[in-house]
Amino acid sequence: MTELKPHSKITIANVSRRGLLKGVAATGSLVLAAQLPGAKGAFAAYPTGAQSMPNGVVTNPKVFVSIGGDGIVSIVAARAEMGTGAARTALPMIVAEELDADWARVRVVQSPGDEKTYGNQDTDGSRSVRHFIQPMRQCGAAARKMLEQAAAKKWGVPEGEVEAQLHEVVHKPTGRKLGYGELAADAAALPVPADDQIKLKDASAFRYIGKGTVRITDIVDITIGKATYGQDVVLPGMKFAVIARPPVVGGKVASLDATAAMKVPGVEKIVRLEPKPAPAKFAPLGGVAVIAKNTWAALKGREALKITWDDGPNKVYDSKAYKAELEASIRKPGKVERNEGDVDQALAAAAKVITAEYYAPHIAHATMEPPAATARMQGGKWEVWAPVQSPGGARDDVAAAVGVKPEELTLHTTLLGGGFGRKSKCDFAIEAALLSKEMGGAPVKVVWTREDDIQHGFYHTVTAERFEAGLDAANKVIAWRHRSAAPSFMANFVPDPKHPGDIELGMGWVDSPFNVPNIRMESGEAQSHVRVGWFRSVNNVAHAWSIQSFIAELAAQLGRDPKDFLLEMIGPPRIIDVAKSVTTPWWDYGEPAQTFPVDTGRLRRVAELAAEKAEWGKQLPKGQGLGIAAHRSFVSYIATVVHVEVSDKGAISIPRVDTAIDCGFCVHPERVRSQLEGAAVMGLTLAKYGEISFKNGAVEQSNFNDYQLVRIDEAPKETRVYIVDNGIEVPASGVGEPGVPPFAPALCNAIFAATGKRIRRLPIGDQLA
Amino acid sequence: MANLQVNGQARAYDGDPSMPLLWYLRDELAMTGTKFGCGVGLCGVCTVHLNGEAVRSCQVQMSEAAGKSVTTIEGLHPKHEHPVQVAWRDIGVPQCGYCQTGQIMNAAALLAKKPAPTDAEITAAMAGNLCRCGCYPRIHAAIRAAAKGA
Ligand code: FES
Ligand code: FES
Repeated sequence: MTELKPHSKITIANVSRRGLLKGVAATGSLVLAAQLPGAKGAFAAYPTGAQSMPNGVVTNPKVFVSIGGDGIVSIVAARAEMGTGAARTALPMIVAEELDADWARVRVVQSPGDEKTYGNQDTDGSRSVRHFIQPMRQCGAAARKMLEQAAAKKWGVPEGEVEAQLHEVVHKPTGRKLGYGELAADAAALPVPADDQIKLKDASAFRYIGKGTVRITDIVDITIGKATYGQDVVLPGMKFAVIARPPVVGGKVASLDATAAMKVPGVEKIVRLEPKPAPAKFAPLGGVAVIAKNTWAALKGREALKITWDDGPNKVYDSKAYKAELEASIRKPGKVERNEGDVDQALAAAAKVITAEYYAPHIAHATMEPPAATARMQGGKWEVWAPVQSPGGARDDVAAAVGVKPEELTLHTTLLGGGFGRKSKCDFAIEAALLSKEMGGAPVKVVWTREDDIQHGFYHTVTAERFEAGLDAANKVIAWRHRSAAPSFMANFVPDPKHPGDIELGMGWVDSPFNVPNIRMESGEAQSHVRVGWFRSVNNVAHAWSIQSFIAELAAQLGRDPKDFLLEMIGPPRIIDVAKSVTTPWWDYGEPAQTFPVDTGRLRRVAELAAEKAEWGKQLPKGQGLGIAAHRSFVSYIATVVHVEVSDKGAISIPRVDTAIDCGFCVHPERVRSQLEGAAVMGLTLAKYGEISFKNGAVEQSNFNDYQLVRIDEAPKETRVYIVDNGIEVPASGVGEPGVPPFAPALCNAIFAATGKRIRRLPIGDQLA
Repeated sequence: MANLQVNGQARAYDGDPSMPLLWYLRDELAMTGTKFGCGVGLCGVCTVHLNGEAVRSCQVQMSEAAGKSVTTIEGLHPKHEHPVQVAWRDIGVPQCGYCQTGQIMNAAALLAKKPAPTDAEITAAMAGNLCRCGCYPRIHAAIRAAAKGA
């Protein structure tokens, strides 16, 4: 039995259902809000970073349960659903589990953006299950307790004689039963039980958690075309807008001739939008909007605009030149980010020094749903519909942009047709509201085309990485210097940060878990000329790719088996005290180190598991090879083995991928599998094709012709996923992102095994031809 | 003026004849099950059936749709239980789901022509439909399953 530790800071209160849950059937009902105010020491078996997230209650979501007289249990999803299944399936499922509700009688209700009411909604950083498994369990368990109390009262029996069992409460001695619907009104009238009266289920009694049998909430709607994404919002009298944005970030309209555009049938209005000076957070880029009676007319109107742009200082941005700048930056000493021992001396004394440099370009998220949002204002009240990852944050930003208080704006979270970090930035929602304002509050939908998406995104950073490894006479690695230069996404928030911030440093870099006595990480200066944003797995992508490639390079130079050498580099099972040797306080995904330390034993285990399952060492025909990579990210441990076949002409095919993950306790194994299958495809796309390049400050790519995504015919034929079986006492960790980083290095290492060709620059493109 | 059938219903359209069928469905009829992904025929999320053939509605002008019969995801099956839809649910194909109506329409057209496709035929037929979430192994498996059930 897992006992929850009570904590006085938590108040669970009955709240008016009407005020919170509009649109849910309103017969006798129970509403429960778990308010975990402020922070420290929430009701939890173990602390998580949930308690220290910004914004007061961002770590402590309120979870709402309401039960209709008909027995339908409504559970609020407060976070954004972008395809992981966490927001609208796993978290409500956890509540339903502790409530012992029949999942067939559960409805999931999407909340609007409102962090004061609902707690943190920022669906990012692979945090949803990791932060909310405990509060959600608590909330469900408290609701169950109230139903039991209501039944005991009705029957006039001691509480100990009743038990909730799958949507009804049973009087054990007599077998009498009352359904949840029959008890809802009475339960709602009860005070919420004190924390020390709430008992969580024993994990052995779970019906849903850990089973992977609950299918995603929106599966039917998705398969019949009823699922509503941001692009799909339809309002009466709605206008459609597209925007000609400045090709260079910070650019302005120098001259505009809209005469021809206004003549396009259906075009109603042309609006100029001013850009905000940097750092502009998620502000729109500005430009010229065409508002029309349908999307097609708006597109034709935009084509007819005659605009000359004043590009501004970022016109200098040229990816070829910038690559050289980054390379120069890593070829000289940088800012020390982590230091152990004496790297300079060890390198000088080394019998041999092996050096390699790697380069990975910008990439774009290319969510299948391009950004879109709809806004209107009626009687001073704003409403915005948008596929945003951070509904509460977007509400604040949009309200500020139109000059109202957040309370005067309702932000409806639609489904997200993919997020990957792009939809953490709500520029498109702000655009919709600004244009609606121009139209006197009439509903306006802003549609981004694919070209808009690829040319005006928040791009994954571009990076150069340099490694120097010093070997002693016995070929032991005694020194490890890793320099990295990459423009920081912090440039959206502060002027010219020059070096990465703690989040970026902590993404699989300063926390490198290697068993080497002299280690130094140095960051080179890098200035941002574009909107750098976070892309699924963020800096882990380039860090894991370069580090895991370099380890395989060392193995090759030493004539060692890459898997054995990787395990030797990781060293024996131990906890790495990263905090003691870093110069910027260690971020560790915002988690307390006592809950989520860097545990090399867990990293070794996934590497060994993936290798064993992939039959590491098996004989393969010429032109084929296996590659391995192991990486900790989002406090999960993951290793991938890729089996590649490279044709004479350099074409890549992937018969099989074996991936092992240790994500702590696994709440929904079937969705974890689907995330890792998808991560293999996304990893392959970024390795094979992913490149956004700039010339004269503007993006050179435009659509899926020149920004290609892997298709079904080139995807891995089979991706096998192995989930380390942990009990509920092992804290659940991230899943949405960790699958991506190890893929590219495992692939590149496999390519080396197959061909002897080492990839030091992504994407692979035609380097094998 | 273009007269066409959409999911069995007669429709008349008298706007810009060059407007893609995609925007007619989405903006004029508010049938948003047909998605917008690229607008240039490269992603397949806008797939509908035109006289029974899978087409990319972003590449079909209204003038070309005149006199033809359009089936969208909303009209694929009267009870929304086309074997492909059922298999999609059983296998749990979608992640974000945005590409899936296009995938389903394309798969349904494939099976209408080839009730028992080979693996290679499935792959070739589906190569025009992108899925950024990377659901490809399950898409393949679901088509296999639907073909068995058909
Ligand atoms: S939107 Fe038609 S193929 Fe992409
Ligand atoms: S399920 Fe997200 S794009 Fe296919």
